[in-house]
Amino acid sequence: MDYSQFLVMHREIALLAVFLVVFLYDIFMPKRALGATSWVAVGAFALFTAYSFLMPGTNETAFAGMYVSSGACAAIKNILNVGVLIVLIQATKWADSDLQIMRRGEFYELLLITLFGMYLMISGRHFLIFLIGLETASLPLAAMVAFDKQRYESHEAAVKYMLTAVFSSAIFMMGLSFVYGLTGTLYFSGIADKLSEASPLLICALAFVIAGIGFKLSLVPFHLWTADVYQGAPTSVTAYFSVISKGAAAFAFMVVLAQCFGAFYADVWEWMLYALIILTITVGNIFAIRQKNMKRFLAFSSISQAGYIMLGVEADSAVGLTALMFYVLVYIFSNLAAFGVIGAIENKTGKVEMTDYNGLSRTNPWLAFAMMLAMFSLAGIPPFAGFFSKFFIFTGCLSQGSVAIYILVLIALINTIISLYYYLLVVKAMYISPEEPQIANFRSACPERIGLWICVLGIIALGIVSFFYDSIYTAASTAGIFASL
Amino acid sequence: MDINILYYLIPSLFMFCCGLYGFITRRNMIAILISLELMLNSVDINFAAFNRFMYNDQLEGMFFSLFAIGLAAAETALAIAIIINVFRVSENIDVDDVVKMKN
Repeated sequence: MDYSQFLVMHREIALLAVFLVVFLYDIFMPKRALGATSWVAVGAFALFTAYSFLMPGTNETAFAGMYVSSGACAAIKNILNVGVLIVLIQATKWADSDLQIMRRGEFYELLLITLFGMYLMISGRHFLIFLIGLETASLPLAAMVAFDKQRYESHEAAVKYMLTAVFSSAIFMMGLSFVYGLTGTLYFSGIADKLSEASPLLICALAFVIAGIGFKLSLVPFHLWTADVYQGAPTSVTAYFSVISKGAAAFAFMVVLAQCFGAFYADVWEWMLYALIILTITVGNIFAIRQKNMKRFLAFSSISQAGYIMLGVEADSAVGLTALMFYVLVYIFSNLAAFGVIGAIENKTGKVEMTDYNGLSRTNPWLAFAMMLAMFSLAGIPPFAGFFSKFFIFTGCLSQGSVAIYILVLIALINTIISLYYYLLVVKAMYISPEEPQIANFRSACPERIGLWICVLGIIALGIVSFFYDSIYTAASTAGIFASL
Repeated sequence: MDINILYYLIPSLFMFCCGLYGFITRRNMIAILISLELMLNSVDINFAAFNRFMYNDQLEGMFFSLFAIGLAAAETALAIAIIINVFRVSENIDVDDVVKMKN
């Protein structure tokens, strides 16, 4: 065996090195040095992010095609790295609090290992690697959800997440066994070669596979765990859940559908996805209107955002892939800004209800401002980044040109208007509501402010500076033909 | 008697459906976990049977089964740990009692 092919997965190895640094620091350093654990984790990960940006994304394969490195894979990994870095910075305050200080090292270790699993999901081109990545990404997350040991909700959320996650992976593996029975191979390319016609078993297998990954992406009707888990989990973990794990799953979903089952787009899964996208966007929106708890509210908002992300899969082209990755990038900044504000307020006062935000602009104008930008960006109001990401994803879809896709985009547009209503409810509570402010003026911790500033800059710059979209497009189109990213 | 692939696939499908039924109807978390194990193990049987009867020249399905067994064990271990935590805080592992978050 040629061991030099491990170098193809240099990003994964560097990430493992970061994990080992944090792990060994946490175990072997004397007690007085442990105060810096959070900053060791943030610093090591920042170095890794820079390394990942500087290394070019070359087209290489390793382990007989089980693992692939390409420009598109490198781009989505870089996007996820930026998100994880912001999550880590924002989490330091919570991780250093008295209740968590005993096990904050474990928090960073679990988080880095889930990211490693997502990397495998993104780059794996064999279903065994893909499945191991999927499990490595979802099992430690259950432990992270249960992290607030003294809070009852955290345990309830963990149980709900764990049981549904195992259930969904059982369904997913059943679908894989059907695919294996049909083709005799688990390589993505091999499956595409061997499948010749849309047999009933293939339709069954696709339904199972889509259901399995749909659980991870929380598409309706597989979304029932989302609201409870988002509400019960610690806010930093919820932020991680809603952007990073969703972004990785969306990319992996697209790769699986395009590479293994691309030939059956029109016959089998085009209509499955239509139904899923329409349901996801609409149900997510309608339920978000009724929510009073901010974390629950953002859970439903993230369900409907997942529907928009899936529109990029429907586009099925390099433009669609770019739009999907750009959407994930913008969504990372907008959602992390919202969670940053929620986390800062929760750390200080423990309040997470929407009515608690009444009159926030009078006591904490900067927090209210960041929250308002996040809401505008999520709703897609120009000139913020959210408008452009929605614009690109709709354009990518429309370039396909069938009547069905026009109707799909029309429904998505109508839903954008509905979503405007509930996003503005938060802005109304903060700026217009005449009631007495519930939250006194306070100064949030330094790392929280840094995280929020990065997010606000991202929300403003990503829409205006074309560099970001262009570089993602270059990375996506170097993949050559779309089916072999 | 000729033992063909159906003798494996039908019991495996039966196991999968039993697991599915148990997952939906059972109220005790350990019972739900057992149902999930049934579903995961039926997948292993499927892979082994497909490999043995249809693609006898390679071992991909067998290896997948081996990895799937390991993953199932990891999932169960974590699930039990979380269920024990729930038991510590609420003295009960009935899923009907773990619904305090709905507002």
